[in-house]
Amino acid sequence: MATHELKAPLSDADARMLRSGDVVYLTGTIYTARDAAHKKLVELLDQGKELPLDLKGAVIYYVGPSPAQPGHVIGSAGPTTSYRMDSFAPRLHSLGVKASIGKGIRNDAVKQSLKDYGCVYFGATGGAGALLSACIKEAEVIAFEEMGPEALRKLRVERLPVLVINDSVGGELYVMPDLKAVGLG
Amino acid sequence: MRTIAATEIVKAVRDMCIHANHFQPADVRKCIKDGEAKEDSPTAKEVFRQLAENIDLAEKTALPLCQDTGLAVLFVSVGQDVHIDGNLTEAINEGVRKGYGEGFLRKSACHPFTRKNTGDNTPAVIHYDIVPGDKVRISLMAKGGGAENMSRVMMLAPAAGWEGVKEFVLKRVAESRSNPCPPILIGIGIGGTFEHSAKLAKLALMRKVDDVNPDPDLAAKETELLGLVNKLGIGPMGLGGKQTALSLKIEMTPCHIASLPLAVNIQCHSSRHEEVEL
Ligand code: SF4
Repeated sequence: MATHELKAPLSDADARMLRSGDVVYLTGTIYTARDAAHKKLVELLDQGKELPLDLKGAVIYYVGPSPAQPGHVIGSAGPTTSYRMDSFAPRLHSLGVKASIGKGIRNDAVKQSLKDYGCVYFGATGGAGALLSACIKEAEVIAFEEMGPEALRKLRVERLPVLVINDSVGGELYVMPDLKAVGLG
Repeated sequence: MRTIAATEIVKAVRDMCIHANHFQPADVRKCIKDGEAKEDSPTAKEVFRQLAENIDLAEKTALPLCQDTGLAVLFVSVGQDVHIDGNLTEAINEGVRKGYGEGFLRKSACHPFTRKNTGDNTPAVIHYDIVPGDKVRISLMAKGGGAENMSRVMMLAPAAGWEGVKEFVLKRVAESRSNPCPPILIGIGIGGTFEHSAKLAKLALMRKVDDVNPDPDLAAKETELLGLVNKLGIGPMGLGGKQTALSLKIEMTPCHIASLPLAVNIQCHSSRHEEVEL
């Protein structure tokens, strides 16, 4: 379990060398998108339209931040539960997205797509929205403004602390619940 | 008959929404602050360290504890000798509107199908109760979606009994794994009807972590089931550890001879609630 300082967008080599359990401090440009923005992005893809972001090496942070107070670039900004984006993630990985940041377990299709395209799934600490917000230095809504907290945002982050949950070789960091220990195994 | 102006309700609810989202109640705050020392694994320790730091930041800065500042759920006990000068439900919603607007809190209420945001986090979910006296007691919970999504209601067969309840709760927590931001708090409602069990489960979440059930049998069951939940080893953020749940409370009421309703309401560590008496 290593610690890395990495730049975002993420290079293919960087994404592939990461292993479950590695701690990563991300610096650079990432994008926010959650349920509604994902649905919209996929609709645009289906219609053959241009996307409002460059997917190459992109890191997508599943977050719907709280509104920025005066003098702040963004409000509280911790991860939302990732499984709701499971149906979209493999397609985005196939188009160049290198990583997503969220919390909670992913399905088998997503884990397979990490292997197929050399990508990673990062976990950030759920409910640590104030702490994570401090790493966001710039935020700009670049599309779907009408979605409010669900709008697509471009963020500049400095040393955003994330943990590799699923890597590109099938590694998994979340533990399996010990049902045997409670007599249900 | 005592009169309370609706404007007083608006202000109380507004202030509660803002305060709840910045200050974790003392009981949960203590669990988080003490959590690091109780874990062995460095990852579990690091999660507790981050959560403790997050609590300090939310208290010191203008940032809410979590970006999901929740749907506003209110339990309102209205004394039968109180007259509200104005529309009570509208006053509560206006308080929520102001709290979430002026407090820079996230508006998370939307149309179920179009997903269009209502824009002001209303309507609030309000449960009323008429009680003796001339006071109004308002309890507010800012309920995040991630943990709420992991909650379930189950109509068990009466023969399932306590063993059936335990199995359902343990499997629910096990299947939820890292999704509801563990360490979690668990509210369990047993009995009544389908909807009543769910309301009891939510009320159970309003109890403090160190609150002991006045019914000794239920108190023992709460301790037993909390112990079992923590044997699952899910740990903080699902990364493995001793503290999967910080608290487990049961509220129970008689049910139909044919039924055994069970509701499991899951609350994340960002347990935000407030209470006020007017
Ligand atoms: S489950 Fe709770 S702590 Fe986690 S993101 Fe939702 S509201 Fe925040």
